[in-house]
Amino acid sequence: MQEVFTKSMARNIFLGSAVFFLIIYLALTYDTWQQIPVRDHADKMTASVIRGKYLVDTNDCIGCHTINGEGSYYAPELDNVYKRRGPEFIKLWIPAQPSGVVGRRQMPHFNFTPAQIDDIVAYLQWLSNVDTNHWPPNIEG
Amino acid sequence: MKYQSQLVAKPYFIAALALFFGQIVFGLVAGMQFLDGTFLFSAAHFNIVRMTHTNLLIVWLLMAFMGAAYYIVPEEAQTELYSPKLALITFWVFLIAAALTVVGYLLVPYAHLAAITGNAIVPTMGRGYLEQPLPTKIGIVLVALSLLFNVTMTLIKGRKTSINLILVGALCGLALLFLPSFYFPEDTVKASYSWWWIVHGWVEGDWELILGALLGFILIKMTGVDREIVEKWLYIIMAMVLISGLVGIGHHYYYIGAPAYWIWLGSIFSAMEPIPFILLIAFAFKMLFQRRREHPNKAAMLWAMGTPIMAFLGAGVWGFMITLAPAQYYIHGTNFTAAHGHLAFFGAYAMVSMAIISYTMPMLRGREANSVKAQHWEMTGFWIMVLSMIGIALALTGAGIVTAFLQRSGADPMGFMQVQDRARVFFWGREIAGASFFTGLLVYLRSFFIKGEYQYTGEVKRALAT
Repeated sequence: MQEVFTKSMARNIFLGSAVFFLIIYLALTYDTWQQIPVRDHADKMTASVIRGKYLVDTNDCIGCHTINGEGSYYAPELDNVYKRRGPEFIKLWIPAQPSGVVGRRQMPHFNFTPAQIDDIVAYLQWLSNVDTNHWPPNIEG
Repeated sequence: MKYQSQLVAKPYFIAALALFFGQIVFGLVAGMQFLDGTFLFSAAHFNIVRMTHTNLLIVWLLMAFMGAAYYIVPEEAQTELYSPKLALITFWVFLIAAALTVVGYLLVPYAHLAAITGNAIVPTMGRGYLEQPLPTKIGIVLVALSLLFNVTMTLIKGRKTSINLILVGALCGLALLFLPSFYFPEDTVKASYSWWWIVHGWVEGDWELILGALLGFILIKMTGVDREIVEKWLYIIMAMVLISGLVGIGHHYYYIGAPAYWIWLGSIFSAMEPIPFILLIAFAFKMLFQRRREHPNKAAMLWAMGTPIMAFLGAGVWGFMITLAPAQYYIHGTNFTAAHGHLAFFGAYAMVSMAIISYTMPMLRGREANSVKAQHWEMTGFWIMVLSMIGIALALTGAGIVTAFLQRSGADPMGFMQVQDRARVFFWGREIAGASFFTGLLVYLRSFFIKGEYQYTGEVKRALAT
């Protein structure tokens, strides 16, 4: 057994499979990169959407929420929140936090300007139109 | 311990365990915030507690990996470490950077932290596990470069064993895979796609190679089995890691906006990801049964055997349950994923870290193995922590299933907060299991304060008397 299958053969299998599957992954990634802008309507990423995304990132929204299922499981999904709640609800909801209801999970107060909230809503609207292969299963996220 | 410079591993291991302690404290607070949403709200919001919990995890694991590298590389290369002084400076830089980052999280609002650390120039903040401000990220790169320089120079002047080549190669990979953290595209889908290069690349790729190297080293030392056999096994296990894991990254791409072909590719390849863990169990136990010596450090052997089993359970079994696209459709982004995350991080990386610490620490403290009493405490800590972590995983799995049934399916799905209320019993279960884990950690840490070394003569007498 030891003579038939040597350590250097094992090492070559390791190195060979590493290179082979890395090339496959890179090729797939190249193709994905071409498709993403179509699937997520990158042409609709306005300056407002990009500003909104920056606010979502720098306030660590995914520290509690999920976006397309990624983030934390402490607060609701944001991918389809635009469709679930609508822009007017969101614009009123964010500045009204924290609710202060005892025992209920609290969302911090962020001191956003009205213009910043518009940007966040623009981003959430863009997000809700990304083609995510029909996920989440329903409007509740 | 053969080389004086290996001693530099000691502060790394001590700091790793101290940070581990901190991680669990923050974990308990976060778990409590699931039960009482206003708990410590004015002091630290859930997201801050969570990022401290996860960031401490990463830092302590990196500390343990680095300590392991500074211990293993000289021993395998049969030469002193190139520069113990640099390793020590690097230690303090890393520890202080980590401490400052945590202080920043706790004292400065996150958006403000981003503003004062140059995030507008190079945006990097606001992604899971990568919450660190820009200076910290640069610091991590410098620490990694220093480590790589030191171990590579040691490797060059010494013996080049496969264990060493694998370990140093995987550490290079670890550093390289961190670099995409400086790439944060404005397109959310691209950002998400590339975020997985780091997260999946580390925990379902590169770190598995590090785990293999550490376990291989421990088993060679403790069982006396021929290293040719150990290293051959390692290459096969590592080949399976990459065969399954490289395209298996697709299991993160089903529902984030990437093309639909990832649903097939990700499901097929990631379904093979448990295979390397099965091989790892077979390997570890084969080495155990073929051992040519009885090592007095029973605790280290327990960690070394427990690691592949728990890694298989957490990464293999729990990973498999959520990896196929139809299952993930309902449980993606639920506490089921958190269950997998807890059990896999603990079972694979926390446990292999404690395995190497258990094996090396007695020697770093000038003895082959700890006294039987100290080992007894350590092994008690092992069992409490392992069983508690299984409890945490089961509770979070329950919470995830509640979401899948009440919120993700049915004609009249419930809203998020309503469903969270229904899952409350599971959040209690998680917190109780978490408190139990904390107890186990205290028992484990207690073992380090029991003095004395393993007494062969006393043990022989005791064995003869029974």
